[in-house]
Amino acid sequence: MAFRAGLIGSIVVGGILAIGVVCVALAWKPSIEPVTPPPTASFGADRVARGAALAAVGDCVVCHTAKSGQPFAGGRPLSTPFGVIYATNITPDAETGIGAWSEQAFVRSMREGVDRTGQYLYPAFPYPHFTHATDQDIEALYAFLITRTPVSAKSPPNALVFPLNIRWLVAGWDLLFLRTGEWRPDPSQGAEWNRGAYLVETLGHCGACHTPLNALGAEEGSRAFAGGEAEGWDAPALRTTPPGPEPWSVETLTEYLRTGFAPSHGAAAGPMREVTNELARAPIEDVRAIAVYFASLMSKSPARKAPAGKAIAYDAIFEGACGGCHAPGSPLRQLGAPSLAASSVVNAPSPRDAIQIILRGIPWREGRAGPFMPGFADELSDQQVAHLVGYLRANFSHSPAWPDVEKEIRRAREQGGS
Amino acid sequence: MFTLTVNGRQHDVDAEPDTPLLYVLRDDLQLNGAKFGCGFGQCGACTVMVDGKAIFSCVTPIALLPARQIKTIEGLGTESAPGVVQRAFIDEQAAQCGYCIAGMVMRAQALLERNPSPTEDQIREAMMPNLCRCGTHMRILRAVERAALAMKGAAL
Repeated sequence: MAFRAGLIGSIVVGGILAIGVVCVALAWKPSIEPVTPPPTASFGADRVARGAALAAVGDCVVCHTAKSGQPFAGGRPLSTPFGVIYATNITPDAETGIGAWSEQAFVRSMREGVDRTGQYLYPAFPYPHFTHATDQDIEALYAFLITRTPVSAKSPPNALVFPLNIRWLVAGWDLLFLRTGEWRPDPSQGAEWNRGAYLVETLGHCGACHTPLNALGAEEGSRAFAGGEAEGWDAPALRTTPPGPEPWSVETLTEYLRTGFAPSHGAAAGPMREVTNELARAPIEDVRAIAVYFASLMSKSPARKAPAGKAIAYDAIFEGACGGCHAPGSPLRQLGAPSLAASSVVNAPSPRDAIQIILRGIPWREGRAGPFMPGFADELSDQQVAHLVGYLRANFSHSPAWPDVEKEIRRAREQGGS
Repeated sequence: MFTLTVNGRQHDVDAEPDTPLLYVLRDDLQLNGAKFGCGFGQCGACTVMVDGKAIFSCVTPIALLPARQIKTIEGLGTESAPGVVQRAFIDEQAAQCGYCIAGMVMRAQALLERNPSPTEDQIREAMMPNLCRCGTHMRILRAVERAALAMKGAAL
């Protein structure tokens, strides 16, 4: 009996080992030899410029730059439900960046999510989108990044929960969720729509925030652009008309994406603010193409009828803290700021972004003009924020009161930042 | 009628609840250190402290403030006996026209109460909300650094 149990045990253990060996063999990615990158002049200014434009569409610098750090030198923490991941240094520093990466190694990282040494990268790096980009575009991005000034900066180690700190496991994730292959245009649509769709689905990686994620952190393909989450902010749905009274048009969307502000909707805040900072550098025709694509998605959902405006009740906190800019007739309103009734945030299904903006405000756009709002985290108690949020919803929206406001306020406070 | 606690003293104030704290400080309590700059919480000239945090008093209605501790630059020291941060600003000659300085001092005070040993980056980040049109930023930075050292010296 003992002998039989031992035999079965050996077979089981042997079987598991064999499966393990097969998995490792399948998951194993070779290291690509380090190189000295070709000189800047060898790429041609055109190719580098195209790479710069694509990097702006992809917002590479947003995640790959630490607070007060050098551009592209990495180190910015990204909080995920599985722990904190630090963005890597993608300047051409040989030791700490991608300076030893050949074009082949760069293309492989974008297509397969594996670094030069063959180590798996986490899908916080949006290679599930980048994989669909054209060779030409990925090569242009390489030309742009490899010709930046090298910065020696080592990112802090990731702080992920066990067992997700084992990078091999990403091979299993890729098996389940990574679908490679170049993006294919829709022949029933025009060139501009297809350009927009291409940028959105590949380098723009809009779905990374605006599509809900499943329990393993992969985008739910069937619910593309149904609305997601980014760093404690709600990323609104982009496949339906917005919850506010005004629909988006190609023109208003283009303006919003390039300036972070549209008079009919308001200002970009939270992570979207940084996206619009980058899109300001992208070619206007590309931003317009993105707007064409999203306006087309939204136009498929039924239009909402704009309800009549409401009479606004007096409130001391609103009047004293917000009224100087947001009350009817205030100087800011005279300058073109929309009524809060137009705001997608005040009309949103959840109070999350309204709370975030009240607490954190909208930061300066360094070196450029743009919307600004001070945060009120230190002025307002949780109870006062809840009062204000309830007041805004009741007076500037026709939608029902939000549930769970107190819980959302606590959540936003716990995330830190003020 | 509102009861506000400013620099440790209670004041009964007869003002509308939406009145900005700045107006009450200047018009009712004759505490003229905090300045009116923009009125929108964009420049920081009106900065005072509430419960240890630097806030824009021009966009803080007094309805928010009963039961909270308000501190203005008058609460840090006097002309003959300036507070540590005030002393450091004087020593570095950080003021040119001086309009922003009361706000700068209060924001620096709030920073140093929270973080007695800030790095230069932390000082820059903390002071970011306050603007200075004269351009004495480098002196202001040095003044905050000097104040941090002086506070540590005082604590030894």
